[in-house]
Order: sequence, then structure tokens, then C-alpha cells
Amino acid sequence: MSAVESTDVLVIGSGFGGAIAAYHLAAGGARVVVLERGPWLEADEFDHDFKLGASYTRIFDFTIGDGMSVLSGNCVGGGSVVYFATMPRAPRFVFERQGSLGRRMWPAAIDRDSLDPWYDRVSQALPVTQQSWEKIPYGGGLWAAACDHAGRTANPAPSAVDVSLCTNCNWMAAGCKFDAKRSLLLNYLPGATAHGAQIRPLHEVQKLTRNDDGGYRVHYRIVDDEDYRVLHDAGAIDAKIVILAAGTAATPVILQRSEDDLGPMPYAVGRYFSGNGERLNNAVFDDDRVREVLGLSRPGGAAYEAYQIGRGPTVASWDKLDGSLPEFERYSLEQLYFPPGLGTILAQAPGVDGPAWYGVPKKELLQQWKSWLTIFTMSEDDNEGVFGPPPPTGNANRFSQQMLGHNSLQYRPTANTLRGWALSDADVKDILERDGLAKVAPWTNDLVGAYTVHPLASCRIGDDPRTSALDDGHELRGHPGIFVTDGSAVPGALTVNPALTISALAERAMPGIVEAARRRGVPVQYTGSLPSDVTPARAPALPRA
Amino acid sequence: MQPDPPELDATSIMTLEAFADTIIPGEKRFPDDVAVAGASAGGGAVAAGALELLSHPAGGLAESLDGLSQMLNLHAMLYANERGLALDEALPSFVALPFAARTELVAQLTHPEHPEKPLWVGLALFSNMAFDSAAHLPTLEALAAKHPGLTAMGYAQPDPDGVWRFPDSSYGRPLARIHPNTTSTGSPA
Ligand SMILES: Cc1cc2nc3c(=O)[nH]c(=O)nc-3n(C[C@H](O)[C@H](O)[C@H](O)COP(=O)(O)OP(=O)(O)OC[C@H]3O[C@@H](n4cnc5c(N)ncnc54)[C@H](O)[C@@H]3O)c2cc1C
Repeated sequence: MSAVESTDVLVIGSGFGGAIAAYHLAAGGARVVVLERGPWLEADEFDHDFKLGASYTRIFDFTIGDGMSVLSGNCVGGGSVVYFATMPRAPRFVFERQGSLGRRMWPAAIDRDSLDPWYDRVSQALPVTQQSWEKIPYGGGLWAAACDHAGRTANPAPSAVDVSLCTNCNWMAAGCKFDAKRSLLLNYLPGATAHGAQIRPLHEVQKLTRNDDGGYRVHYRIVDDEDYRVLHDAGAIDAKIVILAAGTAATPVILQRSEDDLGPMPYAVGRYFSGNGERLNNAVFDDDRVREVLGLSRPGGAAYEAYQIGRGPTVASWDKLDGSLPEFERYSLEQLYFPPGLGTILAQAPGVDGPAWYGVPKKELLQQWKSWLTIFTMSEDDNEGVFGPPPPTGNANRFSQQMLGHNSLQYRPTANTLRGWALSDADVKDILERDGLAKVAPWTNDLVGAYTVHPLASCRIGDDPRTSALDDGHELRGHPGIFVTDGSAVPGALTVNPALTISALAERAMPGIVEAARRRGVPVQYTGSLPSDVTPARAPALPRA
Repeated sequence: MQPDPPELDATSIMTLEAFADTIIPGEKRFPDDVAVAGASAGGGAVAAGALELLSHPAGGLAESLDGLSQMLNLHAMLYANERGLALDEALPSFVALPFAARTELVAQLTHPEHPEKPLWVGLALFSNMAFDSAAHLPTLEALAAKHPGLTAMGYAQPDPDGVWRFPDSSYGRPLARIHPNTTSTGSPA
């Protein structure tokens, strides 16, 4: 066998957690290799096309578990390529949450004040900007007007979309062909490659083993570029430190599979999974009532009929993000567009006795598709998800060539989680059914369980070794030199979209990770720079590996 | 590099069409159409291309379709026996069920406690996808051919270059008071 390749730092996954780590370590002088299981697409390869095999299915991952389905990215840039780029900070009370632990679940070192400077850095790097009402798409405007009518407030949410380039095509889950969405392909990743980091797409990490020198060997398989069920050659790379950032639904699986070689994992690896308390309600508006009650109208006559127009969620109601409310009863309500094909089977026709997700009522619901508005609840769930034994490879038994698979996650919502969902369902109904504006029904959890685009906490930071897998510097307990910087490190549900918090935590962990690399003999320093310092604001497309 | 989809026999085709038609019903394609029950005006999942999508090699169901069809007909026979329903023996059992019974049987098969639930949810998912996204066709072709699902939904036509842009996109004015505790960055406090 030929000599195994070696590097200073091996990064697994190229989403937020991986890209931020790759940038800082490469900028500081370390040799960095990033292994990413998905393909590497550029703006002109992002299709406006629902056909199986278009970018929509190539870059997306939808894994179905027992009681929970997880949607995430599967490409260079990870979730940032498919995401909706709504980027609020988590409210102050979130960091004081106890969940069902009976004591604070976040490390003592972290609260909103201590995280704000790191939020600032990410906001500058992507960048994230405040949005103005003047450019809020119809769906967001309608949600705002309905909230106002119900005596509620509503905010244009901060966003990582460059609105001046955005066409409001709502194809962002298939990747943004206009580079209006500030994905990691435009900042941290080109910043990392400019400093010599290598990104290798279609490399799926299977497990880690320990080397005699205290470093790690990272074992991967090459993934077929069309049929992801097919794995080709195997390989391995030695590294002095490993940054695990494969995403919440993959990171613990890699560690579980490595347990035979590395020795026992902390109890919290693969436990305490949170779906960010996600829940969707679907409203169908009566266009006449929208005009009469809310006074809205569009050029051409319709009052709304604009579900297809926009850029995902743009307006959120934060009235229930009130720290004085009891835990598990706080949530945000965000307007959303959910593209056809992926999840709309779960949308139920309102006011129907009997099956409401299929049949004649469902067809009638689809015929009113232009008048839909989806409302997204992000609440406080109870960290009740647990991963079962890992599948033979990857993080799921892949079912389709791309996108669909079955994972080992089990999620049984507790009474706490169900209470938050019930309260938010009632709230959405109250706001939207007033004066006959709309009819509302929640998406069903009966088919694929609950579902989340915001998986969190399956390998979390904390101060208590019994309930956290990582210390507050993101190092895996009992396995020095392995760090986790993705969404799995977040202790629990955030009540808002998580990517900015995931990224701020990754930024915050970097000085310590750089220091740990130095202790292991890697010639690297923490420069404190940001990718915007080294690449133009709109970086050119990445070179191919 | 994609293998050809397996050939389905007439029984499987009819049975799967009847299943897809239960998920998103449509009008009969011809007077003695038995697979499509005719429970709704306009095309449903079958006219939208459910069979094409189900047998698409990328989906992952193609190899199991004959087996699923046999299981479905077995369930239909048991269902009919339990209720003392007489079925037309010339037809596959599921096809012989009236629409309301097909609907009820699908509810049973996709119930959270049903041991085969994942199979039937998978079949339902692809049937629905054929209608609401025409995932077996390039979307531009589907729209040009007046695909029944995308057309019924009112899915907008793209610009001449095949790309969607919506210059008319905003009411353009403040429509609510913002939360009093909003911070200077626009986030919740
Ligand atoms: C449709 C959609 C919309 C969203 N909208 C928003 C939003 O508006 N705002 C927001 O804050 N969040 C949003 N999110 C969530 C956001 O995308 C995630 O929270 C975020 O991407 C998580 O970052 P991460 O670093 O944890 O992992 P990811 O970004 O998921 O990155 C993990 C990467 O690791 C790769 N990987 C997995 N396994 C392996 C392996 N074995 N070997 C190598 N590589 C591997 C994956 O392919 C992926 O690229 C959305 C998500 C989806 C799916």
C-alpha cells in the first residue's frame, strides 16, 4: 500500500462549521484539507428545474428517521447553498434555557453578550444585512399585515441575500444561480482556498482511527457523482487535528462508527438531538378578504396570489420570544415559501374530516397554491432525538440515487414539545383566520414524523460531561484533537433560524482550536482576519479541485 | 448509465395508477377507464405522469413496483373480505375497490402504526410529486406541455430564457410595527 497522505488539519464537511474552520486554519498557515461528500457546483450549474437529477436533488439531502425527517445540504458549501439565508441572532433567553436538565444547558462561558462580537464577525463576513419593507416580497408583506391586523408586531428579518441581485425566483433551495444568496461559496470557502486549503468533493468520510503519534487517520470513500448509493475507491488521510462538521445528522454517526477504534464516545454523542422545535402551518388566503380586510393589492388586480414570488422567509413575528414566558412556550413565527416536490405532500387541506393530505381535498388545496402562505414555527423542543446504530456507510441508507434516504434517528416529541406546537398552531390560526382572511391547517407529522431543516444538538457543547459531548472549546471529551464546529454543537433549540448562531459559535471556537493545533506542532496562528479582507466582496466562482 | 426501468405488467400498471389516483384524483382518461376513478375534474396524478416518475430509475422505487402492486392487491382483497364487499374478479383487487374504499385503505396503510407504512408513504410521495413538481420531466418541458399539476397550481411561466424572475414582487411599504425590543442589527434582543 502506498504511503498515506498527511495534512495538518482535516475538515469533514464544508458547511458553516467546516468552512469557517477551514478559512481560519488555512489563513493562519496550516495545511488544510476539506473532505465533502457532495458535489461542487457553481452558480451557473444551479438549475430552475424540478427534474430528478437537476441541482435540486444533487445538492439536497432528505433523510427519513423514526419520528423525524431531516433536510440538509449535500454539496460544497453544505446547507449554505440550499438555505433560505434568514439570519437572526438568537434571543437572550435562549442561552439561559434549561430544557429538561434542571440547570442551564449552555456552557457558563456563553451568553448573548459574549456571543455578540462573534455574531458581528460572521455578519460582516457573509455579509448579513437588515432588510427594508420596500423590498419585502408579497408573502412577507401579507404575513406582516395579518400580524398587524391581529395586534401583533412583525419584523423584516436580517438576511444574507444581496437583495440588489435577487430576482425573487424562490428557487433558492436548488442553489442561487444569481449569486444573490451569500452562500459560503462566496466568502469563507474562496477565502480558505486562497490560503491553500484543498476542498475535495464527493469524498464521504466513514470513520476515524487514532495514530500512534496522537493524530488521527480519516477514512473516506469516493461517492459516484450521479448515483450516490454507489461508493467507489476508499482512501485515508492522516491529520494532526480533525474538525468534524458534517452537520447534525451526520457528525454523531461518524463518531458512532469510529467508536470501535477510538474507544467509548461521550454519552451525549448521538443524543439530545433537537429539531429546533420546527412545525409548519399552511394557510390558504381568500383574495377578496385580503383586499377588503388588509387593504392589500398588486398591480394587475390580485390582492395576493403570490406564493411563488420571493426568497423564502423574510418576515417574522417575534412577540412570543418573550423571556418572561415559561420555557417551551416561546417561539417565533416566520412566513415561508416551501417549494413543491419536497414536502408539500405533508400539507393538509384545512377543515377536512378524515384524510387531509391526499385525495380530493388535497387536489383542491393544490389548485389554490398561489394563495398559500406557509408559517414556520421555531419553538423550544426537548432535545428528545436519539440516533440508533449507524448505517454501513454515510449517515443514511440511501434509497434514491440522490436526496432520499433512511436514517437511524428516533424522535418522540415530549409533552413539552407538543405543548409549544399546539400553542403556536393556535396562534397562527388566531392571526390568520380572523375576519375570514384564510383557512389554516398544520402539516401532518404522521407520514415522515416531524421534519426539520434546522437539526441541532446531537453532539453538543456544555459544562457537564454527562449531558454534553464537547467542552466549551468544542473539543470532543476524551478524544483530544477532535473538534466539532457544526450545528450538532449547539446545545438546544434556538427559537429562530440557527445558521448565524452555528457560525458565531464556530468563529468563537477558532482561537482555541488554532492554539490546540499549535500545541500539536502545527505552525499556525490565529490571524483574526475575515474572508472579506482577502477576497472581493463578490468573489469569483471557485476553481474546481 | 441509468438502467432501463423494469417492464411492468398490465396488472401492476393499473394497480399503481389506481393508487396514484387515490393520492391526487383525476378525471377518467377514456369512458371505461377503471384505474382512474374519476373522482375529480381535470387530470390528477396519473395524467401528471405518476407511473413515469415511479418507474424512473433515479427514484429508487422502480425495482419494487411489481411487488408493491401485488401487496396492494392483497391488502385490497383482505379489506373487501372483511367488509363482505364483492369485487369484480376481472380486475386487480385494488382497482376493483370503489374510490371511497381505496381512500380508506390508503389511510390504513399509511397510518403511523402500520408496519409497511414507509413503503406506502414512499409510493404516495412520488405520486404527489408527479403532480406538484413533475419531477420526471424538465420543468420547462412540463410547463410547455401544460402539465396538469403545474397548470392546476398556477405555476408561473419563466422568462424567455427559461429562468424565473419576478420584478413585481413587493407591496413596497411597511405593513406592521416592528417588535419594540429589536436590536440595532435587526435581530431579537
Ligand atoms: C431548505 C433549507 C433552508 C434553510 N434556511 C435557513 C435559513 O434561512 N436560515 C438559517 O439560519 N438556516 C437555514 N437552514 C439551516 C442551515 O442550512 C443549517 O443550519 C446549516 O447549514 C448547518 O450548518 P452545519 O455547519 O451544521 O452543517 P451543513 O451546512 O449541513 O454542512 C455539513 C456538510 O457536511 C457534509 N457531509 C455530511 N456527511 C459527510 C461525510 N460523511 N463526509 C464528508 N462530508 C459530509 C454535507 O454534505 C454538508 O455539506 C436551512 C436549511 C435547509 C435545508
